[in-house]
Amino acid sequence: MTERTLEKKVVITNPMGFHMRPVAAFATLARQFQSDVYLRREDQRVNGKSPLDLLLLAAEQGTELTLEVSGPDAATALPALVELLTNYAADPDPEPPLPTKRH
Amino acid sequence: MRMSDFVLRDAIIPDLKATSKEGVIREMVESLLAASAYKNGDVEEVVRAIQKREMLGSTGIGRGVAIPHTKHSSVDRLIGTIAVSRTGVAFDSLDGEPVYVFVLLVSPQDRPGDHLRALENVSRSLRDDSFVGALRRARTREEIWTLLEGGANP
Repeated sequence: MTERTLEKKVVITNPMGFHMRPVAAFATLARQFQSDVYLRREDQRVNGKSPLDLLLLAAEQGTELTLEVSGPDAATALPALVELLTNYAADPDPEPPLPTKRH
Repeated sequence: MRMSDFVLRDAIIPDLKATSKEGVIREMVESLLAASAYKNGDVEEVVRAIQKREMLGSTGIGRGVAIPHTKHSSVDRLIGTIAVSRTGVAFDSLDGEPVYVFVLLVSPQDRPGDHLRALENVSRSLRDDSFVGALRRARTREEIWTLLEGGANP
């Protein structure tokens, strides 16, 4: 069986950017696949299975990332990872703002 | 940006006393606020906000490192502290391993870019095993501060 590398461009639309929660969820999902997973931002390419690596992207809203998946289950992994990135991107920030307190 | 740009020197904890997740968060928040311009800040409120964030998913992101954080309306710039545990603390990490190095961040409500750049900076340093090793060997606030000023891969 030939191993294919599949790619897909995704734009971060969440106002908070690709922050720690989506990063952790992404790495956790990526680790469930045998395939190698990378995310690229211009000439930066990081391991999609490592949260510490993913945080290096510091991808703010509007950043275009390229998802790169290669391995035996790439065809399954790619749409699942794209969906996670897209869903988190559409998700509003669920951390409730704290009331302003004056001291 | 270096970690020394947002870590408050006087808030650094070279030897955490706490051995539980909640205890670590409280010890770090107390130290952070005491060293900050927000000395009268509400420790409990910030602790609760950070715990609420942890309930959405642990910030123990593996390799013995955790980055608990929250936004808080009382700060007007991103501030943080770093702490080292000698024994390791169970923190519901992604990889199930105990955490030895903690970086706690409190950021203003409306600066997602600053927050992302701080996370980038922290992760750049903490993915460097020799840097983490040096942090864990450091015995004093001064030693840790010197490491932060130097950054990873000097």
